[in-house]
Amino acid sequence: MSVRDLNPRRQAERVVRWNEERIGAYQGIRGAMRYVFPDHWSFLVGEIALYSFIVLIITGVYLALFYVPSTQQSVYHGSYVLLQGEQMSGAYRSVLDLSLDVPAGLLVRQTHHWAADVFLAAIVLHMMRVFFTGAYRKPRDLNWYIGLTMLGLAIIEGFLGYSLVDDLLSGMGLAIAYSTAMSVPFIGGQFANLVWDGPFPGSSRLFARFEIIHVFIIPAILTLLITVHLAMIVRQHHSQFPGPGRREQNVVGTPMWPAYALRSLGLLFAVAAVLVLLGGLIQINPIWQWGPYHTYLSENGAQPDWYIGWLIGALRLMPNWEVHIGGATIIPSPFWGGVLFPTVVFGVLYAWPWLERRITGDRAIHHLDERPRDRPIRTAIGTGFLSWVVLIFIIGASDRLFFRLDIPYTSQIRFWRIGVWIVPLLIGGVTLMVCRHLQRTDTHPLRGWEGTIVEAPETIDGAWSGQHVPSRVDAATPGRGRSEEDPPPGPADERGRTP
Amino acid sequence: MIARLLARIVAFAVAARMAMRRRDSDLAGGEAPGAKAEVSGAASEASGAEAGSGPADAEDPRRREVPANPRAETLVAGLLLAAALLAVAFIAVFVVTGLDTQLLGAALGGSLALIAAAAIVAGKSVVVQETAIEERGTLLEPEAPARIVDALSEAGEGVSRRGLITCAACVAGAAVTTAAVAPIASIGPRLTAIHKTPWHRGVRFTDIDGRLYRAEDITVGSLFTALPEGADPELIGSPLIVLRLPEAMLHLPSSRRGWAPHGILAFSKICPHAACAVSLYRYPEFPSGGNDQPALTCPCHYSTFLPAEGGKLLFGPAGRPLPQLPVLIDPNGYLRAAGGFDEDVGPSWLDVRRPSQT
Repeated sequence: MSVRDLNPRRQAERVVRWNEERIGAYQGIRGAMRYVFPDHWSFLVGEIALYSFIVLIITGVYLALFYVPSTQQSVYHGSYVLLQGEQMSGAYRSVLDLSLDVPAGLLVRQTHHWAADVFLAAIVLHMMRVFFTGAYRKPRDLNWYIGLTMLGLAIIEGFLGYSLVDDLLSGMGLAIAYSTAMSVPFIGGQFANLVWDGPFPGSSRLFARFEIIHVFIIPAILTLLITVHLAMIVRQHHSQFPGPGRREQNVVGTPMWPAYALRSLGLLFAVAAVLVLLGGLIQINPIWQWGPYHTYLSENGAQPDWYIGWLIGALRLMPNWEVHIGGATIIPSPFWGGVLFPTVVFGVLYAWPWLERRITGDRAIHHLDERPRDRPIRTAIGTGFLSWVVLIFIIGASDRLFFRLDIPYTSQIRFWRIGVWIVPLLIGGVTLMVCRHLQRTDTHPLRGWEGTIVEAPETIDGAWSGQHVPSRVDAATPGRGRSEEDPPPGPADERGRTP
Repeated sequence: MIARLLARIVAFAVAARMAMRRRDSDLAGGEAPGAKAEVSGAASEASGAEAGSGPADAEDPRRREVPANPRAETLVAGLLLAAALLAVAFIAVFVVTGLDTQLLGAALGGSLALIAAAAIVAGKSVVVQETAIEERGTLLEPEAPARIVDALSEAGEGVSRRGLITCAACVAGAAVTTAAVAPIASIGPRLTAIHKTPWHRGVRFTDIDGRLYRAEDITVGSLFTALPEGADPELIGSPLIVLRLPEAMLHLPSSRRGWAPHGILAFSKICPHAACAVSLYRYPEFPSGGNDQPALTCPCHYSTFLPAEGGKLLFGPAGRPLPQLPVLIDPNGYLRAAGGFDEDVGPSWLDVRRPSQT
């Protein structure tokens, strides 16, 4: 027996050797440790989405251990007094028990729900960042399509998640989803009855079907797409804003090891912390208050999770237009808001990189991001389009506005049926003017006046005057060499022009 | 108590961080002349060449600093230990009162937040701070496409019946794929029940607890939910709205004369727009100046129907009126269906049976 070498350095080497003999990862590890991340706050939004997804997986596995996908109705005799004697499905019963009787069950369920809302919000904000800085241009167009696909899947995933609970709100949501599926021209009846296994509310197999899609099929696809999304980023390296020393061919920023890894780990824990705190302290979807769903029940003032709101808005806004030929209903009315509208939104987003290439003729590879103001037309189209969707989203809450502000519901809908086409044009136009103004004056709307104060000899009595000076040092060493008084770095921080 | 502890820890962390920042800037102050010179140099260049061309790229952004900051190291250790403490607190709460969601969330969330703070302080003030440059390399090697295609097509070297093999492979692929997905047909669609409802002549009306409705139960100004006696209440064709209007108010289509004995009307409760239960009823007690007919509204998308006119749509996105069911009052005073629906209930699709009126 040899004497054990307790020198930590040599022990570490032995562990690495053990690994290297079997895997030979030296080149890969060295590359990964030196992989450079450009420092910009807006690049963290995508990471927030990734970390929310991790929280969703962990909490979701826990929830799946308690969920029972049963449509079987039974009478409740559990611990919650107000629902004693109520008929409810096995699915609702299991989630009720998880929420009220399982230690930490409600914490995990609410954390999961919050994580879904944050996940979707982070994806949308990340997409906005990518759009407004032109980071979707070749070679990242492929990743734009993947990201957009993940957004679509995430919306379906979230909807299925809250539908599985079978409380009153989720049942109403499923009724609308069924009707929207029915409204697909020609095949809608077959499609909806295929998914629901018969007419609404579906057969006893319904929740088993939705559960396998929610807990396995979509998460598996999302995991695969996230892997491809990240692998593609690693292959192409991050895009970056222009700045000193930053060129198309390089990346300037913090290497992965050790500083960036620690900061990103910090972000992972920060995201998890915020989600757990939300899950513990801020109530979300108190299903015992809604009660179980029955086909004959509904509730006024119901609102879906935020990422479905745009579809509710569109369904509310559309008049009762239908297309009939003879006795056949070719296009039932929910089609416009529930099917056509999201198809148009996603269609435009999928087509955009190609559309922009066609219009501008720019087929070059781009690794340097652009400031929104430097592409006024793209920025204007983006804000116009975004405001169109956001307006329709807000109209989804028109019943709440009716209750809170007493603006008649019908007047709101009639106003917005026209306004929803005009206001986005105005917002786009104003954006165009603002961008052009910012380009001319090169001011920083988010930071106010900034620059260095210099003594100008030509002014009388040695008065101080502000002279606008590009903050080169800030751009060169983000996060460092900055004093407490300095403004935080913003997207307007980088002022070099795209070559 | 835990909240106070948390607050104290956060206050400590903030104070320590401020102190660190101050120290950092003091340190930076030592090197300030050089740094300032750089800034003003850049400034004069930029004001000289407004277009922002050339000289910026000449600057080398690379930096490497070793913080050597024992206070930050202590802070990180402190934060990690505090995180461990809160994690233990979480376990304690879980064991003692597992159902106190707020306390559980605060303890676990606080613990995670402290780890986050530790990692961020470590990442920014303990380990080496470096700004590095990495070359991207090229994605497209100019000769790569041709070489890859060459390498792939080498597989066909010496093969003479390439077309035949390709065709056979396509046929086999199509057949096997079809065979593999054929079992999907077993999952549906099942359209057999889509036109059926439990309502036909003679079926009695019950409330949701199964009690039978009599005509006198239905009072003017209220909305009642009825279900078919002895049938599955969850079916989309089951639930009804039953209400009574003064007979002088009724303007039913002539073909529906006799559907509402003593002004008692029955409609499907399922909105023909998106299948929500129509559960809002407006019965104006006094003239409001506007449209003051009694109206039924679906809370999902506010389709509004007029019961006095046979469920005609007044407002909203529904493409069909609310389906009406003829009512019969039997000799014992119980409410029964005088017949089935003569149209489909629930949302529209290609083959939906529309009411004969429209």
